Amino acid sequence: MIKPRSMTAFLMASVWLASLASSFSVQAQTNNVSALSGEVNVYSARKEALIKPLLDDFTAQTGVKVNLVTGKGDALLTRLTSEGKNTPADVLITTDVGRLERAKAAGVLQAVNNQDLNQSIPATYRDEAGFWYGLSLRSRVIVFNPKKVQKNQLSTYADLADPKWKRQICIRSSSNIYNQSLVSSMIAHDGLAQTEAWINGLVANFARPPRGGDRDQIKAVAAGQCNIAVVNSYYLGAMLNSSNAKEQAAAKKVTLFWPNQGESERGTHMNISGAGITQYAKNKDSALALVQFLSNDKAQQWYGEQNNEYPVRNNITPSQTLKAWGDFKADSLPVDKLAKYNTDAVKAMDRAGWK
Amino acid sequence: MEVSSQYAAWSVRSLFNQRLGRWFFCLVAIAFTLSIPVITIALSVLEPFSDTWRHLASTVLSSYITHSLLLMLGVAIGTFTLGVSCAWFTCMYDFPGRKVLEWALLLPMAMPAYIIAYAYTGALDFAGPIQTAIRDTFNVDYGDYWFPEIRSLGGAVVMFSLVLYPYVYLIVRAAFMSQSHAILEVSRSLGNGPWRTFYAVALPAARPAIVAGMTLALMETLADYGTVQYFGVSTFTTGIFRTWFGLGDLTAAAQLSSFLLFFVVLLIVIERISRKKMQFHHLGQKRSYQRPTLTGSARWLCFTVCVLPLLFGFILPAIQLFLWVLETWQTSFDAAFFTLVQHSISLAAVAAILCVLLAVIVCFSARLAGNNRIALFFLRVSTLGYAVPGTVIAVGVLIPLAALDNGIDSWLRSNTTFVAGLLFSGTLFAVIVAYIVRFLSVSVQSIEAGFSQIHTSIDDSARTLGRKPLGVLLKVHLPMLKTSLIAAGLLVFVDVMKELPTTLILRPFNFNTLAVRAYELASDERLADAATPAIAIVLTGLIPVFLLFRTMRGASKSH
Repeated sequence: MIKPRSMTAFLMASVWLASLASSFSVQAQTNNVSALSGEVNVYSARKEALIKPLLDDFTAQTGVKVNLVTGKGDALLTRLTSEGKNTPADVLITTDVGRLERAKAAGVLQAVNNQDLNQSIPATYRDEAGFWYGLSLRSRVIVFNPKKVQKNQLSTYADLADPKWKRQICIRSSSNIYNQSLVSSMIAHDGLAQTEAWINGLVANFARPPRGGDRDQIKAVAAGQCNIAVVNSYYLGAMLNSSNAKEQAAAKKVTLFWPNQGESERGTHMNISGAGITQYAKNKDSALALVQFLSNDKAQQWYGEQNNEYPVRNNITPSQTLKAWGDFKADSLPVDKLAKYNTDAVKAMDRAGWK
Repeated sequence: MEVSSQYAAWSVRSLFNQRLGRWFFCLVAIAFTLSIPVITIALSVLEPFSDTWRHLASTVLSSYITHSLLLMLGVAIGTFTLGVSCAWFTCMYDFPGRKVLEWALLLPMAMPAYIIAYAYTGALDFAGPIQTAIRDTFNVDYGDYWFPEIRSLGGAVVMFSLVLYPYVYLIVRAAFMSQSHAILEVSRSLGNGPWRTFYAVALPAARPAIVAGMTLALMETLADYGTVQYFGVSTFTTGIFRTWFGLGDLTAAAQLSSFLLFFVVLLIVIERISRKKMQFHHLGQKRSYQRPTLTGSARWLCFTVCVLPLLFGFILPAIQLFLWVLETWQTSFDAAFFTLVQHSISLAAVAAILCVLLAVIVCFSARLAGNNRIALFFLRVSTLGYAVPGTVIAVGVLIPLAALDNGIDSWLRSNTTFVAGLLFSGTLFAVIVAYIVRFLSVSVQSIEAGFSQIHTSIDDSARTLGRKPLGVLLKVHLPMLKTSLIAAGLLVFVDVMKELPTTLILRPFNFNTLAVRAYELASDERLADAATPAIAIVLTGLIPVFLLFRTMRGASKSH
């Protein structure tokens, strides 16, 4: 007769063995080749489709195999933190600066301070000490329905709180990081009190309670539910290039507007996606090579062509879609300020009832 | 005084009773192991309440609570109405399409709530085809006409009810089927009409099953993140994520989660109270039951009642997904896709088998202990994870496992030359542990309901005839529990197929599942591209549903 206690033990042991066996092939490789830096392990908040092709290119060029886990930035960060010095991750890629700053504060990144990277990436888009480097830019813009709104009626983010836009604005939930960083940038420039007044005005102008993502806001403008929406420009780009005829049609009904372009104004709000090398990276050389690869000319161009993001470097030829949107002035606020005010931003939005 | 000391003496004795002791040890060990992640989270309450709390309490906390409660209330009503009515009609009457509906009513189970939400939003939203057609046909504009807003609390209630009612249907139907029809016949012969027989006899007798099914449905509702987030309904789960991701305060997020746990405990207590001191088993010989064939309007009424949940919970959303797949299949259907299918199925199968085994052990141990309070307490503790959002479970698994790994590693480093690195975290072991923590409740609910149908006198007889506990379990109980066991395994299988956040956080390098792929595409707002993996989840979910149906059928034939 099998005793239940030993049965349980047997079960637990067999699962453990099974999972070990499946992960062992990977681990064994890691251990063997790491001396040759033949492998690099990446935790990425950029989704697989938006990073894997580049990683494959990197492997093809250098022979260094890239292992990838994708996930939400904070979840990956928690994983990195609790794995401590045994973490397999060499590189952390996130889609906003807040997570990079949190990773830096948690002590899981190392200061690379690589001269090549420092030269190629503008100071606004990298950490001073080289804990992280921006790879691509994400601009938060206004889209409007040209049948209902004249371009010259639009000017700045601040203007969106004006009562003239009552029941005309669509924007997604304040849980979204890009709204949080937009509000953080307002706090950084204008201070909390003024920003809070702005949020109250903006919320009063909502055409509907926030729901859905940025594409939904664009569709709502196209369908006439609201006249103005605040979205990341690459969503509009993706819709314009969509294989879905209806999405394309909706995107063509709206017009992009670059906010804050006036002489005395600060420029359009930008967030970054970026990468840092982990504190306990086992394959540091390959990791550094990868980050450099992700910021080289070809990769910089790829972000634009694949996802309509802007390059962090200014000597890159933009994609067709980006060209069509024209030149614009970007906010020169160092992006680490966005991280600094993120909590204040969320709290202010909570107080104003921005869901 | 004397009574309580006697009671204490009795329970101590029963704890140390040799044979009972072994099983009891198993129960406690399982409960303890599985509750580590939950305890890790619950202990956060002991940490100082940060500034974040004052902020939450003064702004959004009350809306989290109200919305969560309203959502649960709505889903309770929805799943009860749909689940019980369909179970009763298909069980008791013969009407056109009954044989097909009997199993087809389980189909919505294969549809994850977040996917049905995408499908309906695509069709019913302001910018969707239906409203656009209305505007074009009647030449009206926004604000000129009324149309239900799909992305709302009400919409969420409907979505959850449509995909979660099969839990109630499945368990309650099994209860109705195994109810001795003699009782119902006696009720009818005493002059009770069908309606009175239903609510005065059958319904109370099926109460444990109904409550078990609804508890599952409500726990799933509480733990959902994808749907409520997409609909912009602020509940506890969205609040937890917002506190963690937006405010960057993992401790406050964990504290919020422990308040969510309080809701779960409340649910469990309600369930316990509702079946307190009631014994439900049927001693009568089961005889084949001849369903009366309905005629006239009654049969069409039955047909309509049973076909609507199927239509809205499965057929229409499946059509929407299928249309999307037609648009995008060329790009999303490649060799890598089959790897995803393989990953999803093997994870789900392993988790299902383990959950059933563990559930049998804990339920049987509790039964051996006479289902006394202590045993039931540990049984409940082992299943607490079900209502905790997957992300929270993942963190609860990640932190202790990584600590264990790092502990082993540094011990080895200081005592040997062997470098272990991370043994558990970052492997499939961690993923499977998390699944068990999260889904053991599903298998326990089903198996416990199965056990409650077996009278303890059967155990006593078997013991009198010289069987040891394990012998009773293997030779007597398991054959009688066959249906429950298969149901339990399949429910877990389907749940794991759909599971997202835990997999996302804990999976090893280069390992994706269908749900992960669907989520990545959907969260990038590429719903049409997400449709291929989504429909694959739905289709794989159908396999167990068909097997389930076959066992249901087999069970009903054997009576």
